[in-house]
Amino acid sequence: MNPVRKRRLLLVMVLLTAAAAATALVAMALQRNVAYLYTPSEVLKGEAGSHARFRLGGMVQAGSFKRASGSMEAHFAVDDGDATLPVVYTGILPDLFREKQAVIATGHMQGGRFVADEVLAKHDETYMPKEVADKMAMAHQKHGVQPVADAPAE
Amino acid sequence: MLPELGQLALILALLVTALQAILPLAGAQRGVGAWMALARPAAFVQLALVASAFAILAHAFVAQDFSVRYVATNSNTLLPLVYRYTAVWGAHEGSLLLWALILSLWTAAVALFSKRLPQTVIARVLGVMGAIAFGFLAFLIFTSNPFDRLLPAAMEGRDLNPLLQDPGMIIHPPMLYLGYVGFCVPFAFAIAALLDGRIDARWLRWVRPWTNVAWGFLTIGIALGSWWAYYELGWGGWWFWDPVENASFMPWLAGTALLHSQAVTEKRGTFRGWTLLLAIAAFSLSLLGTFLVRSGVLTSVHAFAADPTRGLFILVFLGLVVGGSLLLYALRAPDDVDGAGNTQPFAPASRETLLLANNLLLTSACAMVLLGTLYPLLADALGLGKISVGPPYFALLFTLLIAPLILLLPFGPLTRWQREQASRPIAMLVPWAGLALGIGVAAFFTAPQGPWKVAAGLAGSAWVLLGTTRFLWSRLRMPGARFTPEMMGMTLAHVGVSVFLIGALLTEGLSRQRELALAPGQSVTLGHHAFRFQGVVRSPGPNYVSDLGTVQVMRDGVALADMHPEKRTYASGGQVMTEAAIAPGMTHDLYVALGEPLGGGSWALRVHVKPFVRWIWLGAVLMALGGFVAATDRRFRHRPSDRTTQ
Repeated sequence: MNPVRKRRLLLVMVLLTAAAAATALVAMALQRNVAYLYTPSEVLKGEAGSHARFRLGGMVQAGSFKRASGSMEAHFAVDDGDATLPVVYTGILPDLFREKQAVIATGHMQGGRFVADEVLAKHDETYMPKEVADKMAMAHQKHGVQPVADAPAE
Repeated sequence: MLPELGQLALILALLVTALQAILPLAGAQRGVGAWMALARPAAFVQLALVASAFAILAHAFVAQDFSVRYVATNSNTLLPLVYRYTAVWGAHEGSLLLWALILSLWTAAVALFSKRLPQTVIARVLGVMGAIAFGFLAFLIFTSNPFDRLLPAAMEGRDLNPLLQDPGMIIHPPMLYLGYVGFCVPFAFAIAALLDGRIDARWLRWVRPWTNVAWGFLTIGIALGSWWAYYELGWGGWWFWDPVENASFMPWLAGTALLHSQAVTEKRGTFRGWTLLLAIAAFSLSLLGTFLVRSGVLTSVHAFAADPTRGLFILVFLGLVVGGSLLLYALRAPDDVDGAGNTQPFAPASRETLLLANNLLLTSACAMVLLGTLYPLLADALGLGKISVGPPYFALLFTLLIAPLILLLPFGPLTRWQREQASRPIAMLVPWAGLALGIGVAAFFTAPQGPWKVAAGLAGSAWVLLGTTRFLWSRLRMPGARFTPEMMGMTLAHVGVSVFLIGALLTEGLSRQRELALAPGQSVTLGHHAFRFQGVVRSPGPNYVSDLGTVQVMRDGVALADMHPEKRTYASGGQVMTEAAIAPGMTHDLYVALGEPLGGGSWALRVHVKPFVRWIWLGAVLMALGGFVAATDRRFRHRPSDRTTQ
């Protein structure tokens, strides 16, 4: 092989190795950092079983919110219209967290309770997260909540 | 009456842009001078029309005309005057109108400052910009008309989203859009070059300052967004790898690559095809960002409307623009553009190679962000379940890709074009690398917490700063050498990187934070600072009621300041907003946010000490300044005859 070809071959091999390494790395990083979204009824049916950490989506059940005076530990239940799951969270809840509002909590199951380490209710008062809306198309109607198209945007 | 005039102005603007797109492009193809001459006047008329429409909408907000649906949804009689102006772009319709206005501004600016370009080039550039404007105006008129009437008129407006009632929001969207839309100029130029079949160094010299200025605005826009999220969302974070943030960050990464590759193409003639592709990519990513934000396909901290027709329209528009320009690129670029002219070969050890590495790393980072952002959509479409990609994915891969970029950065300016003795720049930088490493090691062993981040931040920052200083020194020492605004801009931007590294990594490594319940009189200590909670009183604001807390801060027993975090309840929708209290400083910010009342006068509080967090935005400002300063270089205004050699 002449030197030019040799150099090109080397370059191609380096590029291929780099591409393979990058793909492997990206796949690994994605695999570790994706969190699946489930509703309480899916969790109770055992569909979330294989994921230690997942996101729980649904509505905060009316009258379920409890917090002992002076304590940071909050208890509430998430409801998808078919099933209900108790959730415990220690920390400050987002401004838009309210009963009968959509919520997404990230965490894991522990003895029949969902222990959340993050609670999001980031949308405005009339807007419903699209993924939760999709998941709860039926339950949605039971709660009489509609995603509003004209919600104030960004 | 006025809103109808606004509507009419928009429709006329749509017709003008159709004219501006079709005739000059056809004229350039066929060589009809009269058709090409239409481009400039059309650009000015378009600006006049869109600006009138914008002014009419602003007037409707100021005059509280609740018979306009958009005003009724996003304003309120109690809304303070300044926010009535910002409410114009506070939601979907108005922010699209702002998009269109800024596009008209860029188009008119191009028409004004392009007298030295050949007529066919300017006709094509303005024609392409006209076509883009046509698409956006059609989108505005047919799916998101801001002048829609509400009959009967509302008695009271629904109010602007409280999150947006904030000074930062006044300038964040215009800056961001100036950047986003500004990438339309290099894009239109790339399309014009592809249609023409050749790239001329002259035109490239003409387009470079436009890219620099657009990039500078985008940098400021992103920094403002990050700053806003920091003080307004009340979480104390400055970057969340949220889809909407990513949507603005991807064009920035592609634009940064474009800046560097344009410099190579202009000075050396190489990377022609690549520069064109990056120009197309940067603007396509701006459009993709608009699609992601405006269609509501992704959930994010930014609440936005989900309307399928809107999403579909942008998706089709995006497909046409991206697909069309890539097709054109595939047909024309390899033969006609890349091979043409005097490309100069370069050795493996040369500045070209370093800039190639810069481009590969930046575009890989951009591809990585794109994958992470679109992966949930992809998985959903393939029925793999509803997933979200967590920030650790982005943080890990971004660090891995940007670390080599930082490592190579100081070598770039010190290395010669075309061929370099690799040992020369290395010899120049070895002592400084040693010093930076020493700083890193010292930081590692003295940092109270997060030693890896602190060490990496200080060493990386010192390395970039020292390497850039080394370049300055050797440049200024050179007898008779000029120090051009272009070099000044580069130096500023690279120092900005250094400052940013300190801010980002020291904040991540050294921040202390607590979330806890405090009764009045109780206090919490973070490092040297003690925060004593004094209780909460209720006080009225213009369109809200506030729970105003008082927290007394002491440093090593000496009283520093009283901080007043707020919890606001807005009158119109009952929405609750956290207003964090921040005591800013160059070495650290103190950050206190109220959580919720826990009964018996005690509250949940979030308390942070965030070292060097200001440096993050200071670094971004320096980078943007670098972009603006470089754009003023007289070289870009020279006639083709006076070539400057590097």
